[in-house]
Amino acid sequence: MTDMTVKADAELGRPPKPRRSVLPYLFLVPAVAALGLALGYPLVRQLMLSFQEFGLQQQFGKAPEWIGLQNYRDLVTDPYLWRVTLRSLLFCLVNAGLTLLIGVGLALLMRHMSKSVRILVQTGLLLAWAMPVVATLTVWEWLFDTQYGVINYLLTGIGLDYEGHSWLLQPLSFFFVATVIVVWMSVPFVAFTVYAALTQVSEDMEEAAEIDGAGPFQRLRHIVLPTIRPVLLVVGLLQIIWDLRVFTQIYILQEAGGTTRDTNLLGTYIYRLGIGGGKFGMAAAVAVFMLVLTVILTAPYVRSMLKQEKED
Amino acid sequence: MARAPRRSLRITANTLGVLAFLVTVFPVYWMVNSSFLDRNEIRNPVPTWVPFGGSLDNYRTVFETDQFVNALKISLMVTLLTIVVALAFAFVAAVAVSRFRFRGRMSFIVTLLVIQMIPVEGLFISQYKMLETMDLLNTVVGLSIVYVSLVLPFTIWTLRGFVAGVPYELEEAAMMDGCSRTQAFFRITFPLLAPGLVATGVFGFIQAWNEFTLALVVMTREDQRTLPLWLSTFTDVNRGTDWGGIMAGSTLIAVPVIVFFLIVQGRMVSGLTSGAVKG
Repeated sequence: MTDMTVKADAELGRPPKPRRSVLPYLFLVPAVAALGLALGYPLVRQLMLSFQEFGLQQQFGKAPEWIGLQNYRDLVTDPYLWRVTLRSLLFCLVNAGLTLLIGVGLALLMRHMSKSVRILVQTGLLLAWAMPVVATLTVWEWLFDTQYGVINYLLTGIGLDYEGHSWLLQPLSFFFVATVIVVWMSVPFVAFTVYAALTQVSEDMEEAAEIDGAGPFQRLRHIVLPTIRPVLLVVGLLQIIWDLRVFTQIYILQEAGGTTRDTNLLGTYIYRLGIGGGKFGMAAAVAVFMLVLTVILTAPYVRSMLKQEKED
Repeated sequence: MARAPRRSLRITANTLGVLAFLVTVFPVYWMVNSSFLDRNEIRNPVPTWVPFGGSLDNYRTVFETDQFVNALKISLMVTLLTIVVALAFAFVAAVAVSRFRFRGRMSFIVTLLVIQMIPVEGLFISQYKMLETMDLLNTVVGLSIVYVSLVLPFTIWTLRGFVAGVPYELEEAAMMDGCSRTQAFFRITFPLLAPGLVATGVFGFIQAWNEFTLALVVMTREDQRTLPLWLSTFTDVNRGTDWGGIMAGSTLIAVPVIVFFLIVQGRMVSGLTSGAVKG
């Protein structure tokens, strides 16, 4: 490893290694201190909190009591936590899957569009991508509005019974709306990234394959997909991570009229338990659980980034 | 031979493309359109598709509410404080990582990567407790502390790429001409980094400006709300009553972000996936 860096340094004209210089460490002090204060310390504190009885009484001055694994035991035996976890995983997989499907599909189609249509599509994607989360939510709430929403108007217009239909009342329909919003917001990133990767696909190879009689699907499978595989992996993993931690969309839709208990995902559950309900010890335990889940899901991504890093 | 399928492929692609354009653009259009409509047009069972004869009344109403102006002030303060601190901290860290080889460099980079994966929901309970102990709940400083940690990893990550993009040979040449290492850095490399700093700063601005979750946790008092919080409560309270005003507020919040985003978008996209810009 050290040898490789030295060689790489020499080739790239990197600065010589100043031996035992304290300068780089000094340069890192502000960043490390800031991250340590706002992330490191809370992480430690959260672990401690999760082993304590910390409810409203403690919030008002009573000393917290160490109760070992009691919070975790309570949680694991609470079927509600497993319902929320399952719901979160399901929501995450459905949303990540749809986003990838639509995003990759659009990227592939973009190669075959006329230039003017492609520019239209890219403009639309950029706009959707740039929209702030909260503005996106208010607009979609307005589109799905019970009384004056365009969606109910259009559905009624084609003869369906959607007059005065309330979209957020039933959990399934609530999650349908949430999925529409999350996918709408997330597709642009996937489409753009995959489209950029597609420009790396060798045209010569594709043409050669076409002359040899390979149909569009064969070319897709044997030439296009292998080339963009690494990008697909990274984008897919990022999407899973992002969709596991949706909070804003669910929270705001809940405030707009969803039934909280039937629509909680992990993030909103932690919030309602701790900040809303004052059960800080329990909330900390769920948060630790969520962190562990994230670590398990992201390990492959971090490993692949590390490999890339070392190869550089 | 391949002509016919190619043509039908193009037609399919174009049709689906136009459809995708409509689906992506319509909500944005609808936000702007509704923001110009008055109450009667909003509450008309038949939607008003084009804001002919619309007015700026909704915008006037928004600007006349104290909460909006107050939230705007808080948002600007938090965002500026966050960017300035994050950029300064990230800049020196990026220089350390890309211009020096030292023990622990790799672990630092790995830590940055890992931190970016941490969901804010996984930590906000204890961040809330910490700020509570420090008496910083409902303060601009308190929210900025957690925001800095939110944008810092990505900022360092991106700046590192920009610093590494300036060839060290340029500095070496300046050093041969008699500059010290510090002088060489500030005279040669620093000016070349300006665009990178601006792009990264804008990206930090967008993140802090849009952030909702941590603001909700830290700013519990009504007079300390940021713009996204203000907008979300605007919907709760007036649900079904003032969509025109809500859309005007949304447009006001979205426009600066969209403009900034279009400026820096190209520079930032690569950072996320290829992440490992060399350094």
